[in-house]
Amino acid sequence: MRKISYEQAASEALLEEFRRDEKTIHLSTDVPPDLRKEFGEARIRQTPISESSFVGAAIGLAGSGFRPVVNIRMATFGFVAMDQFVNQAAKITYMFGGQARFPIVYRMTVGASKSFAAQHSISPYSMYMNVPGLKIILPATPYDIKGLMKTAIRDNNPVICFEHMALEAMEGEVPEDEYTIPFGQAVIRREGTDVTVVALAKMVHEALAIAEEMKLEGISLEVIDPCTLIPLDRETIKASVAKTGRLVVVDEACITCGAAAEFTALVVEEEQIFRRLKSSPKRVCGLDIPIPYSPPMEQYALPSREKIKAAVREAMT
Amino acid sequence: MKSRMENKREDLVHLYQVMLTIRRFEERVVIDYRSGAIPGIVHSYIGQEAVATGVCTNLRLDDRIVSNHRGHGHCIAKGADLNRMMAEIYGRKTGYCKGKGGSMHIADFSIGMLGANGIVAAGLPIAAGAALAAQLEGGDRVVVLFFGDGATNEGEFHEVLNLASIWKLPLIFACENNLYSVNTPVQYATGLEHVSERATGGYGIPGVIVDGNDVVAVYEATKKTVAEVRAGGGPVFLEFMTYRWRGHFEAPGIPDLRPAEELEAWKGKCPIAGLERILLENGIVSRQTLEEINVQVMQRIENAVSYAVESPFPAPEDALEGVFSS
Ligand SMILES: Cc1ncc(C[n+]2csc(CCOP(=O)(O)OP(=O)(O)O)c2C)c(N)n1
Ligand SMILES: [Mg+2]
Repeated sequence: MRKISYEQAASEALLEEFRRDEKTIHLSTDVPPDLRKEFGEARIRQTPISESSFVGAAIGLAGSGFRPVVNIRMATFGFVAMDQFVNQAAKITYMFGGQARFPIVYRMTVGASKSFAAQHSISPYSMYMNVPGLKIILPATPYDIKGLMKTAIRDNNPVICFEHMALEAMEGEVPEDEYTIPFGQAVIRREGTDVTVVALAKMVHEALAIAEEMKLEGISLEVIDPCTLIPLDRETIKASVAKTGRLVVVDEACITCGAAAEFTALVVEEEQIFRRLKSSPKRVCGLDIPIPYSPPMEQYALPSREKIKAAVREAMT
Repeated sequence: MKSRMENKREDLVHLYQVMLTIRRFEERVVIDYRSGAIPGIVHSYIGQEAVATGVCTNLRLDDRIVSNHRGHGHCIAKGADLNRMMAEIYGRKTGYCKGKGGSMHIADFSIGMLGANGIVAAGLPIAAGAALAAQLEGGDRVVVLFFGDGATNEGEFHEVLNLASIWKLPLIFACENNLYSVNTPVQYATGLEHVSERATGGYGIPGVIVDGNDVVAVYEATKKTVAEVRAGGGPVFLEFMTYRWRGHFEAPGIPDLRPAEELEAWKGKCPIAGLERILLENGIVSRQTLEEINVQVMQRIENAVSYAVESPFPAPEDALEGVFSS
């Protein structure tokens, strides 16, 4: 199968969906040249640096029958528009009793590791998970971003697509034929028997690399990528932990109140699964600090392979 | 650039030294970024040196400035230590922010440099607060706020214009209109030729449009403004017309889509070459003196790089320190 990059796969999804539905419209400060060329200035709009306005304008467009895709670039810029995300986009469907639909895709990059420092490095998906009314997707491969993005554009709700910046250049197999990927279906990236490792975004690839290394130690990891956080495929995670009896969650976001806590709660709250646990669940997450600039400190702030392996070994004892 | 013989020799030579320091510093940062010695991203100030220099030369140590992502020039002009700046950009423990901030986040509170900022327009409300503090303290300190044309499209910009206006804050808006935010032309993004119209028309704040590549013009306009603001006249908006010579930042990923002829034309208006001409044509200094200044500046940059390179990286665990004050 042909291989294309994560970024190219996302662009393909947009191109296909913009051809498919003429109500789609794109807002961003930096215009994507391929879309502009094919669909023109009116639909592929360049915005001033005014995040509150274009995040909010997407809501007005959506409520008026359009399907906006908004590229905010870095998630840290999205905070400028927090009212529009939290008080408006998330609540408007419910609060107005479902009178209108709000199909919107907001794209934001997340992650650290490039020495961009605190104001350009963050993984804030759990902040948005705490706000009912937003769907949240977190594609980890080129195949996934294409299929999930197409589903997001067709969905009738505000969807935030968080894209890890270290994955943009990553290549992977993407079929030429059209496909979509439904929300709420976790993928078991690798089957195993000893420890369930739930990993997010870039950490999916770290977990897979570790699974290969730990095979040599005789430890078999089952690696699960939830793919979408809202809706979340709880069943796949629970079934896996029921089988292995052990859980390690790996996420680059800060540990406190992160998505990892949610996965942990999932297996300890349910009596059936709790009883089957052979060791307490572990979280390997980013430290609770703003991301520092200097490389040694930045690396220290993020989950390392050593820390993940240590957590797995601890789970095994 | 007009010859202004009323300016004292020392003043003109000082302006020259500061601009040249910024230029050489930035050239070195670009080289060291390209070689991989500097991590992250850096936004070069090359081409805009006259603005920071002409503005900050009018400020006292106790006056304050707030900067943006393109902040090295503002820091240098306010009197920051080149060694600690370079060490910060190199990610070293001896840097201004102990390696936590990097190029986009240099600050030196001891000289009234309240910090660069990675979020467009985010420094504006902070500057308004600093100006309110100056007003409440009752002295005659002023605050200068550096920001780009692109920042004028954020809501915070408009909110701060209003606050500054109704509270008559001792705040100088120093807008560096370099005609673009990344690749978006200011005329497209604002519908205006001059963004200072927003201050004058909408908020009753006096605006002055200044040739931002003429350091003497910048110096004179700021001098007058600082005197007015110190006297309690309320906020003033200075719009400096200028141009950046390099791409938006030193990193692959964003192509520079500005017309090549436009860039060349602006390079012809180099602020440093312009002042050099005044100095030489009026016999204020000899070519030899300029060369000596250049040698001194290069030596300071060399020293700063050596200081940075010889400084240790922070220990990984240093990352844990300083989330909260004691
Ligand atoms: C809120 C926010 N949105 C977007 C960005 C990305 N960004 C960084 S600098 C910049 C352009 C700023 O243009 P301008 O204010 O004119 O300053 P210049 O770069 O021209 O000096 C953009 C869009 C950001 N840092 N913060
Ligand atoms: Mg600009």
